Amino acid sequence: MSEAVIAVALVWAAASGTAVVLTRDPLRQAFVAGFFGLGLAFLYLSLQAGDVALSQIVVGAIALPLIVLLSLAKVRKGRE
Amino acid sequence: MSRRARLVLFAAAAAALAVTLGAGLAGLPSFGGQITSYARILNELAPRQRHVTDVVSAITFDYRGIDTLFEEFILLAAVAGISVLLRPLSDETRQLPQDKAPDRTIPPPSPAVWLLAVLLSSLLVLTGLETITHGTLTPGGGFQGGVILASAIYVVFLGTNYATVERFQPAPLLEASDGVGASGYVFIGLLGLLAGASFLSNVVGLGVTGNPISGGTIPLLNLVVGVEVAGGFVILASEFLDQTAVIRTRRR
Repeated sequence: MSEAVIAVALVWAAASGTAVVLTRDPLRQAFVAGFFGLGLAFLYLSLQAGDVALSQIVVGAIALPLIVLLSLAKVRKGRE
Repeated sequence: MSRRARLVLFAAAAAALAVTLGAGLAGLPSFGGQITSYARILNELAPRQRHVTDVVSAITFDYRGIDTLFEEFILLAAVAGISVLLRPLSDETRQLPQDKAPDRTIPPPSPAVWLLAVLLSSLLVLTGLETITHGTLTPGGGFQGGVILASAIYVVFLGTNYATVERFQPAPLLEASDGVGASGYVFIGLLGLLAGASFLSNVVGLGVTGNPISGGTIPLLNLVVGVEVAGGFVILASEFLDQTAVIRTRRR
C-alpha cells in the first residue's frame, strides 16, 4: 500500500496513543483507547497484516472496552 | 536516597539505555524495506505444502502449531482465573436488583434499539461463523471469529435486559465448550502421533486449495479454537456482568 496511507496510520496511532495517556478520566480513557485501537488496526491493515488487524479489532473494540466499562460500573456502584 | 543521587542514577541508566537501544535500532532492517528469507520461503512453500491461501493460518496452526496450543491454554487459564477472582465472596450475595416501585413498569427498550440488536446480533453470529470457517482462505480464524461470536451476547444485552441475557449463558455449556475447545486442540495434535508422525503434524487429507475445507488439520484446529474462544469470552462477559448486575455486598 502507498506510503502516504502508512504515514497517516503511524501519525494516527502516535497521536491517539499519546491522547490515551493524557486522558485522566477512566471512562473517557476507555473511549479514547478504542479510537487508538482502531488506529492500530488501520496501521496493521496498511502494512497488509490482515490477521493481526482482525485480532486487534476484536480485542480493542470488544474485549478491552467491555472489561474496562463493566469494572468502572462495579466500582461506581460500590461508591453509591 | 537523596534527590541528587537519584538524578545521577537516572542519568547513568538513561545513558546506558540510549546507547544499547540506539545500537539495537541501528541494526534493524529499513522500514518495510525487505521481506525476510523466512517469510519468502513460507510464502513460496505454504500454498503448495498445506493447500491454504492464508499463509498466516498455516504458520499459526501448522508450522508453529505448538505455540498456538500454549496460547490456547493461556486463555483457558486466564478465563479460569477470572472466574475464581470474580466469584461471590463470603460477604457478598447474588441478588437481582429490587424493584422499589413495582407499580411503575420499567420501560422496555425502544423498538428501534431492539430491531438494531436483532439485526446486529444475527449479523455478528454469521460473521463469526464465517471468520472461523474461512480461516484457511482469508485473514481471520478461530480466535477472531470466536470473539465476534461472543460479542453477539453483548448486543443482546444492550437491546434487551439482563434476564434475557442470562438465558443465553448456561454456565455448564459454556464451561464445557471452553474446556472441550482447549482439549480438542490436544486431541487433534494426537492424531499426528496415531498416524505415526510427530505431535500436531498435518496428517488429515489436504483437499483442494481454495475450497473451504482444505488444509488438513488447519480448519479443524480453527474450529476447536473458535469453540474455546467463544465460550471463554462469553464466560468472561457474564462474570463481569454478574459483578455489576447481581453480586452485591450482604447487608449486616
